[in-house]
Amino acid sequence: MTRTTVDAFDASQYWQLSEQVSLRDEEFGALAYHHVNRRLVFLKSRELVELVRRLGGFESANDAVRALVAADQHDRYVSALAALNKSELLSGR
Amino acid sequence: MGAESSLRNRFERGLAAPICLTWEITYACNLACTHCLSSSGRRDPRELTTTEAKGLIDEIAAMQIFYVNIGGGEPMIRRDFFELIEHAVNQHVGVKFSTNGTRIDRSAAKRLAGIDYLDIQVSIDGADAATSDRIRGVGSYGAARRAMDNLRDANFGEFKISVVMTKESVEQLDDFEALAKSYGAELRLTRLRPSGRGVEVWNELHPTLEQNRQLYRWLLDRPNVLTGDSFFHLSALGSPLEGLNLCGAGRVVCLIDPVGDVYACPFVIHDEFRAGNVRDAGFGSVWTNSELFRSLREPGNPGACASCGSYDACRGGCMAAKFFTGLEMSDPDPECVFGHGETALATKRVSIRPLSSPDHSRRVPVTLFAR
Repeated sequence: MTRTTVDAFDASQYWQLSEQVSLRDEEFGALAYHHVNRRLVFLKSRELVELVRRLGGFESANDAVRALVAADQHDRYVSALAALNKSELLSGR
Repeated sequence: MGAESSLRNRFERGLAAPICLTWEITYACNLACTHCLSSSGRRDPRELTTTEAKGLIDEIAAMQIFYVNIGGGEPMIRRDFFELIEHAVNQHVGVKFSTNGTRIDRSAAKRLAGIDYLDIQVSIDGADAATSDRIRGVGSYGAARRAMDNLRDANFGEFKISVVMTKESVEQLDDFEALAKSYGAELRLTRLRPSGRGVEVWNELHPTLEQNRQLYRWLLDRPNVLTGDSFFHLSALGSPLEGLNLCGAGRVVCLIDPVGDVYACPFVIHDEFRAGNVRDAGFGSVWTNSELFRSLREPGNPGACASCGSYDACRGGCMAAKFFTGLEMSDPDPECVFGHGETALATKRVSIRPLSSPDHSRRVPVTLFAR
């Protein structure tokens, strides 16, 4: 199994769901599976799933969060994206 | 994966598709291990054809099941083995397959090394030939080691060495760890279940309470050792082990057998736990609509375990282990770490232990080839 090094998460940069990752919708949110590192990750809200799916359509993660998430939740969702990046679910440009 | 309780409750009510789908592709096997979960040996003439098997893979892909655990029998005995696994990985369905290694010669190892999204588990049941061969048959350990050598020489990468924990093998944990390290392999330990032919040997081979305690501590120190959530009954001893720590049968786990019958988990190949057949309306329909699976997704009954402070940790243990030792679903796990299972077994006046059905064991003793 190849383990890649993870870029630090900078929310002012462009991010998208990694091409190595499959998402499957579930009632609680979604399951994400990374086909290379074989890790299974649980996305525990539908809002987060929506954000992750549409992330690549925005110039930066900050833009995506501003557009898709209520203002008082911004920090929480930026942290959630940082955690997903740590699990290698996201990729940069 | 943390055992977050709200998420675990969600899983207990079932998912849109399994996380862990095991597919035994043949009952044919060139070994005759004494603890075989699927009582394998003879090929079943009703085995899914290549076309049917590929159709099933297409459905697995459509259901977004991320990977499939392929076993048997010995899966590499099927002539279309490579055709099937390539069909799966080409659609981004990962394959993890379990093998006795006898068919992994140099050229097979090279071919396997060229396939992405493929994990291989080579089984042994002892860290030396004598211990392992007592369960798996004379010559089986040597064959498995040759397979490991061939995978290493073909630069396959990190394969897995898979070991069932018995009274004997549990005393060799450090040796298995060293063996895995010597190959750059991962170590995977699973629980001995009284399923299939295992019903005959479980009494004699399952680890003692003290050995289970040692195993628990050993695993807690080694989160990288894989267990497939096998030992969640041991989580009653304290901190939870890695994994979901629940019985996933019919909820996040299930088994498809070589003739397309769907069972609640790999350890309950028995009429009572058969949910349907993929040849009828497809796998998805069985997964979603089977009455058996719907009932397994109802909240569990803690039964005799209700008054135990550890029920939340072990959830009463393994359904298959209870069933095949003659216990009720509301009884404790036969290997309950507090000994409640042993008490329950002792108080059963007549122990009726269900035999595995179907049984594909060979009727004549097996001698292993010299290839």
